[in-house]
Amino acid sequence: MSDAGLRSATADAGDAGFADFFALLKPRVMTLVVFTAFVGLYAAPVSVHPLVGFAAILFIAVGGGASGALNMWWDSDIDRVMRRTRARPIPTGRITEAEAFGFGMALAGFAVILLWLATNALAAALLAFTIFFYVVIYSMWLKRSTPQNIVIGGAAGAFPPMIGWAAATGSIGIEAVLMFALIFMWTPPHFWALALFMKSDYDDAGVPMLTVTHGRRVTRTHILVYTVLLAGLALGAGFTALGGPIYLTVAVVLNALFLRGAWAIWRRDETAAEADGYRVEKRFFRDSLFYLFAHFGAIALDTAAAPFWGGVW
Amino acid sequence: MALSRQHELHKRRFSRNLGLGLVLGALVALFFGLTIVKVTNEGAARPTAEEAN
Repeated sequence: MSDAGLRSATADAGDAGFADFFALLKPRVMTLVVFTAFVGLYAAPVSVHPLVGFAAILFIAVGGGASGALNMWWDSDIDRVMRRTRARPIPTGRITEAEAFGFGMALAGFAVILLWLATNALAAALLAFTIFFYVVIYSMWLKRSTPQNIVIGGAAGAFPPMIGWAAATGSIGIEAVLMFALIFMWTPPHFWALALFMKSDYDDAGVPMLTVTHGRRVTRTHILVYTVLLAGLALGAGFTALGGPIYLTVAVVLNALFLRGAWAIWRRDETAAEADGYRVEKRFFRDSLFYLFAHFGAIALDTAAAPFWGGVW
Repeated sequence: MALSRQHELHKRRFSRNLGLGLVLGALVALFFGLTIVKVTNEGAARPTAEEAN
């Protein structure tokens, strides 16, 4: 019996530890939210008091965590089926569905109101919309009804830098839209690569991922097409107000590598992938995380370096 | 099965209570800091009584 199994056998409702509630917030996703929100706030042309900036990023992260908890509440039935999500707090019985719902709703309200008080109404409204979009539009509606689920649902993960920007400026600039677009276009190839090597997980759970509805060959083609579009966007952004020498250098190198990875995925068939345990797909997935962090890191570095060479471009 | 004093259930409850206590303490400090920043900034932006006259 697994450790999770032992724990669930002894756990009663309401006896979850602090770590169990923290796990409901999807901490790994939260690192992406925190980092991109920070870059959005930092790259904005309005300086913010460090404590207000810290509070803004904290409340954006809590809002992101709240949507993660509500997603786990709604998806607890399929989380029990999928290998990847079986150890989450609700499937193992450490937290009840009602607890997760209450926790998520309370945190969502808390985060939106406090972001409003700490910064402005636009940032708070964007955060509220993000939580609504992720929980209602993506989790409740799209995820189980269309293979375009992660294409449209990816918007939820793309909002944090825009919220960070709005928290600093009180408006939405073209740079904020470009940062949104970067994450939006990055999400599909990232998740489709995951779907390729998670094999039957989504199939077992009845989630209509592209791999399930249209097959793996089509998914490989989609990864390549979206990666080409992403590369065009990422490189194009380098020549706008968002870009700078560091960003452009990072974008040229990483997009070349990313395109090579997508090409390698497209050229392979299932026999080759199974033979080496989906090595190329797994590497593409791992590299895609670095890809996004590096692009946003470069935006932050260009902002930091701008005073030394008199402007971003 | 009788619950001994060191049962894992006690540890989990303690971790939850301790975590919540620390989070609440941190929030008090954050709200206090935010209040100081807001009041100071608004104070700086607002004209003094002499300037207003």
